[in-house]
Amino acid sequence: MIAAYRPGTSIVHRLPAGAKIVGLAMAGTFLFFVANVASLVVCLLAVLALYPLAGLSLRDALATLRPLFVILVILVLAHAWLNGWEVASGSGLRLAALVLFAGIVTLTSSASAMMGAIETGLSPLGRLGVDVEKISLALSLALRFIPMIAAVGAEVREAQRARGLDTSLVALAVPLIVRTLKMGEEIADAIDARGFGTTRKDGPDRST
Amino acid sequence: MIRFSGVSHRFGEREVLTPFSLELAERRIAVIGANGSGKSTFARLINGLLMPSAGQVWVDDLDTKSNGKAVRGLVGFVFQNPDNQIVYPVVEEDIAFGLKNLKVEKGEIAGRVAASLARFGLSHLAKEQAHRLSGGEKQMLAIAGVTITQPRYIVFDEPTTLLDLRNKRLVARTIDRLDETAIVITHDLDLIADFDRVLVFEEGRIDFDGAPRDAIARYLELMA
Repeated sequence: MIAAYRPGTSIVHRLPAGAKIVGLAMAGTFLFFVANVASLVVCLLAVLALYPLAGLSLRDALATLRPLFVILVILVLAHAWLNGWEVASGSGLRLAALVLFAGIVTLTSSASAMMGAIETGLSPLGRLGVDVEKISLALSLALRFIPMIAAVGAEVREAQRARGLDTSLVALAVPLIVRTLKMGEEIADAIDARGFGTTRKDGPDRST
Repeated sequence: MIRFSGVSHRFGEREVLTPFSLELAERRIAVIGANGSGKSTFARLINGLLMPSAGQVWVDDLDTKSNGKAVRGLVGFVFQNPDNQIVYPVVEEDIAFGLKNLKVEKGEIAGRVAASLARFGLSHLAKEQAHRLSGGEKQMLAIAGVTITQPRYIVFDEPTTLLDLRNKRLVARTIDRLDETAIVITHDLDLIADFDRVLVFEEGRIDFDGAPRDAIARYLELMA
């Protein structure tokens, strides 16, 4: 979802993000109840058929599955060992179909559309005192800053390699955490400056 | 007009701004000075990101201490590192952030975002991921995100520090063309040559206040 969105005008793109998220939840529930391997193959093919419908290629589908590949193999082998090949292949097909469906949702919905849908979905909680707008902003910030933190991590690693230091978790973690915290402070200031909420600095000066 | 009345500021025991009073009414105002001289603290006092330890800051007769929301509506703030002020992952979504905070209608948001993208030469990047933009494009996006809410004043905190010469010039031209009053904290002396007024900060006090040429001469003297 971080960098996945592909703008487009396909019928899948035009569907409301909320409908796609609800569809994903329903598909997940439905797949849970399908046990027959042949039926699961049909489900997987049906999900794959959505990719060209959304103007996406099968390469995009493979790219969606790639990060999951190791987990998928481990899951199938573990099930094969414990429950036999039929259960194993069913589990693998079910998970692959679900991830591919989730891929369709994120590839065809912009972050703001997703956030808007989540905000709408959570809006009843507002009556219980939950600040839905803040939850939505937090999700957006996560999407925005994960690549940035990854870039900072790469920068720190590069600087350490340049100084002859091999991979060290502590040596990486300390500067990364310090820089991330400093970045967090500036981001909080920027969010205030751009008019989100008014409570943080309306009180006494935080520095005194 | 922005007015400082007997303002000082401390971080714990350390006094970073000694008491001063000042009125800012010019269209282009620059603040220069050494690192740690109090420039950024001064900038943050203007839109209520920091409250003065003593005294009052007034923006168009609104006290920043008691009118935080209204003051932030009047004063936009562009930070040194645009990466730390771009909130949404996609360019057009980030520009819309300020308008959403003001609860502007969706239809109006779309129109104003399109106009802002065109104004800052970002239309071709509307759907682009913000983290993939160049430094200059990110700074343009940061300025677009701030100006879209139509503030009366914009504070720029070292807007050209992280940029190459071409992008520095682009930002300078952009600031020059803004309708809003600009208060620019900077080390970039070329940027402020045509400004109306320049303040030179030194060790937490205003050492000089006047025309760019004289202010730059004083700054160079201090830096010698």
